[in-house]
Amino acid sequence: MDYLDGNALGGALGELFAVDVTAAVGQCASCGTTGAIGQARVYSNAPGMIARCPACSEVLIRLVRNEDRAWLDLRGISCLQLALPADR
Amino acid sequence: MARAAVLGRLNWLVGTVAAVRDETPTARTLVLDVPGWPGHAAGQHVDVRLTAPDGYSAQRSYSIASAADGNRLELTVQRLADGEVSPYLAQTLEVGYPLELRGPIGGWFVWDPADPADPAPVLLVAGGSGIVPLMAMIRARAAAASKVPFRLVYSVRSPDTVIYSGELLAREQASEPDGVSVTYVYTRTAPPRSDVPPGRISPAALAVDGWLPRQAPAVFACGPTGYVEAVAGILTRAGHDPGVIKTERFGPTGG
Amino acid sequence: MGIVSPGFAGRRRSGSEKLPPGQYLVTDFPVLSAGPTPRVDTGKWELRIRSETGRVYTWDWAAFLRLPSEDITVDIHCVTKWSKFGTGWRGVSVDTLLADVETSAEFALARSYGGYTTNLPLQDLLGGQAWVAYRYDGQDLAPEHGGPARLLVPHLYFWKSAKWVNGIDLMAKDQQGFWESLGYHNYGDPWREQRYWGD
Repeated sequence: MDYLDGNALGGALGELFAVDVTAAVGQCASCGTTGAIGQARVYSNAPGMIARCPACSEVLIRLVRNEDRAWLDLRGISCLQLALPADR
Repeated sequence: MARAAVLGRLNWLVGTVAAVRDETPTARTLVLDVPGWPGHAAGQHVDVRLTAPDGYSAQRSYSIASAADGNRLELTVQRLADGEVSPYLAQTLEVGYPLELRGPIGGWFVWDPADPADPAPVLLVAGGSGIVPLMAMIRARAAAASKVPFRLVYSVRSPDTVIYSGELLAREQASEPDGVSVTYVYTRTAPPRSDVPPGRISPAALAVDGWLPRQAPAVFACGPTGYVEAVAGILTRAGHDPGVIKTERFGPTGG
Repeated sequence: MGIVSPGFAGRRRSGSEKLPPGQYLVTDFPVLSAGPTPRVDTGKWELRIRSETGRVYTWDWAAFLRLPSEDITVDIHCVTKWSKFGTGWRGVSVDTLLADVETSAEFALARSYGGYTTNLPLQDLLGGQAWVAYRYDGQDLAPEHGGPARLLVPHLYFWKSAKWVNGIDLMAKDQQGFWESLGYHNYGDPWREQRYWGD
């Protein structure tokens, strides 16, 4: 029980994306389970943030940031579905 | 979710402490005035950043306690004895001090009174300081004059650790359908005339005082990781659809 | 840099010549992890060294414990800025493990239960610089600190000291490990503050 919810990634991803990613729906590239990124298990007590699939525990998202750069690996998600604002 | 969607990357903003309000001996609400605040939805949080003169900085996340209100937002901070950030927020900060924050963050753990697709009754389950984002939902409901039934189950160590006790009492006593049903679970010390001995949250507390699966509530559970795990387990074993249970674990990180 | 927060000093950070740049001293032992803690049964534990030709050398737990081991005391430095002095370990020197391994490889990739990997030049594992450690502070190494056994390479940032180690691949070409492929420095010398790519 050393993990947080996907909400914990919200701030770090909010620096990189113009849309909220925690409400986005992702498909795990390992087991195919689909769910909101907010439901991922986030290990943040580390040199970076690692989001894992709540079903199979494989890595979904990896993120490292320092003062001036961020590194993002989304290979653990086969695709990400993002809602667009209604007034587009 | 349209109002919660913030277009453009998050940037750090500087707010000013407009007022402080003691909630319990160890918890304090900060009322912040933040020029440029884009508004927020109930359940979202902010990241707060403190910087020492030598450039060392520490950052923590805090749930927003208030409903959207222009440039104003409130944070309720529980002081952790060995925390690095919470003692500064709960004790050192004073009216007029600046505070750097970014947000609002999070579009998943959110309740929107204007969302027509979601008239389901709502079960809120709070462990300790997990009450904060759920209180934002209760306040947003009131501000929107929403009639969606709300029930809160709130676990605390003892009666003097209840945050927002006065306001929760008032909301409990408000007439239907504005009222919110509140049940307290005391884990260490129960009030003097309680007929329930202190103990951890149980399936009974969530069945009688919460909602039953057939009422198909939307569930928001927030608090320490172990608490949230226990609650989610109880609810799914009782037949609630795991897909409607949204959780926000506060976790042991930071302080 | 953010605006200065009046009255905020942060945790005490002492300056000391023995601390690498940017580090602060701790007296507890922080637990960092990128995933759930593997629970490895020593009855099933295995350490495999694979040479660049594909030749595999393995030890089960009993065979591993029969190898000569040593007690060492070292300072450790985590890239998240904490350092801890005088940590006591018992382990088998990687020189011992590689003594009978034929190789002309220059690079190594350590692998762990749970999928973690980290890479380093083979010569940084030799010459008394690295161990596979199985006891810490007089007790069996706890799972959250990498037990039953972890790699210990104290002269580099501690992410190179792979917890739950179960293998070392010897390679002719370098291959980035878990953090090295995500912005962390390929070598990681704390004394030159090599934390991220390009440092």
